[in-house]
Amino acid sequence: MTEKSPVNLPARFERPSPGSLLAFLAFVALLAWSISAAGISVSELLTGLPNMAKIASEMMPPATDRLQPMMYSVWVTFQMALVGTVIGIGISLPLAVLMSRNYTPHQVVRAFIRSLVSFIRTIPDLAWALFFVASVGLGPFAGTLTLVMDTIGFCARFFAESIEEVEEGPPEALAAIGASKLSVILCAILPMSMPSLINTGLFALEKAVRSSVVLGLVGAGGIGAELATSMELFRFDQAATIILMIFLLVLGVEKVSSRARTSLLKKRQ
Amino acid sequence: MSVSINHPGEGVALRVHGLSKCFAGATHPVWSDVSFDIPQGQRVAIIGGNGAGKSTLLRCCMRLIEPDTGEVYFGNHNISGLRGQALSRVRSRVGFIFQKHNLVNRLSVLTNVLHGGMAWARTPRMWFQGIAACEHREYALHCLEQVKLAHLSKQLAGELSGGQSQRVAIARALMQKPDMIFADEPVASLDPQAGEDVMQVFSNLAHTQSLTLVFVTHHLEHAVRYADRVLGLQNFGLSLDAASHSLSASQLRGMYD
Repeated sequence: MTEKSPVNLPARFERPSPGSLLAFLAFVALLAWSISAAGISVSELLTGLPNMAKIASEMMPPATDRLQPMMYSVWVTFQMALVGTVIGIGISLPLAVLMSRNYTPHQVVRAFIRSLVSFIRTIPDLAWALFFVASVGLGPFAGTLTLVMDTIGFCARFFAESIEEVEEGPPEALAAIGASKLSVILCAILPMSMPSLINTGLFALEKAVRSSVVLGLVGAGGIGAELATSMELFRFDQAATIILMIFLLVLGVEKVSSRARTSLLKKRQ
Repeated sequence: MSVSINHPGEGVALRVHGLSKCFAGATHPVWSDVSFDIPQGQRVAIIGGNGAGKSTLLRCCMRLIEPDTGEVYFGNHNISGLRGQALSRVRSRVGFIFQKHNLVNRLSVLTNVLHGGMAWARTPRMWFQGIAACEHREYALHCLEQVKLAHLSKQLAGELSGGQSQRVAIARALMQKPDMIFADEPVASLDPQAGEDVMQVFSNLAHTQSLTLVFVTHHLEHAVRYADRVLGLQNFGLSLDAASHSLSASQLRGMYD
């Protein structure tokens, strides 16, 4: 038997401070209120179950009668995502430099660009899509513009963080040589932050592919428009084919981008 | 110590006059009223304990860190009031070797060396070796030959050993066609043999190209062997300025007490 230590054992559980207790109770109250506002109802769920089963059964077997136009729409969806992402990345890079702590030409410029990017990011892509559909009309162009905005909101912020995290030494060495600020950015900052930029860019592409599917629902082109039409016409078998195609597209893009990420990053290690 | 506000005369590569630096929030200055002249072609070692301000002194001379007071002349150019392009032009005459070579690891060795050429050719063609002019690529390779690494020109800088990286950094400094080389603890991160090789390269280049060399070191034997003159920083100022051959090891060790 060990001798009793002169120092008392600490309590198994610490008593929470009045502040933490109050914050926890406030959170529980907010959650309870939100559950009632969310209209969660077990009885409605149970009555809805047969409907779900009926729709699911009507989805089988998936229809193949409009396979060709559907495949074309899927391809357009991917093209919208690709073009939107590439243009978005192209715009994000200079914005990221202007809003980075260490390479901004002026703090006022930094604050302005940061606010602009935050504004772009906080507006949901469906709201952007509605805005562009109203501005440039129905079709893939409105969708592509939406994806450009979506990519800027996502990439500019992460690119700026990558630029801020770059090791100071090599840029300092080029500055000591007498290189211009533009040369320092292109010859040191961008190559050094490239792994992070590639990573973020590929995530942006995956995100754009997923978003572009939904954009069609508001008339911004792509496979989403086909899905909306099929659901409105109660052609759940066609909807099933479209959902399957969307699944394959998203999965395919994620797989290819993951492979590209691994091989690009390995090559430059 | 001689104090003159006149421009340095012929043959003086670097004049530091009344330089002081105190970092914000610090109770003591790093050093104050530091003055010295370095003649063209002289090899000077700067020694001193950790925190004595050796690296800060080199950076203040280049105005990579702004000194609080004092003046720095490169030849006849007082760089204290220079801004923008004018400051860049003077800086470009000095090759700066850092403790951590500071190469861009994801670019090729040749591109890294080529960057030194931005000191005298401000053209986008100096950004990457793939778009550089033939004569610039050849000169970059020639600089690599001088540090005996021409065979690694295609390799990525991140794949080199510490010693090789530091030699590439020296080649980049040579590409600047400098009048002077500053080296901030160039062998601190290298093993003894690689460190000896790098110092040998410095020494040979200083001799063959009549370069003025100022290097910070903790290796007292390097200070004695590779420098003509030793400057010591201690007690917030310059406390030693002597020809290296006149110094004994115990005198140098005294700088670290």
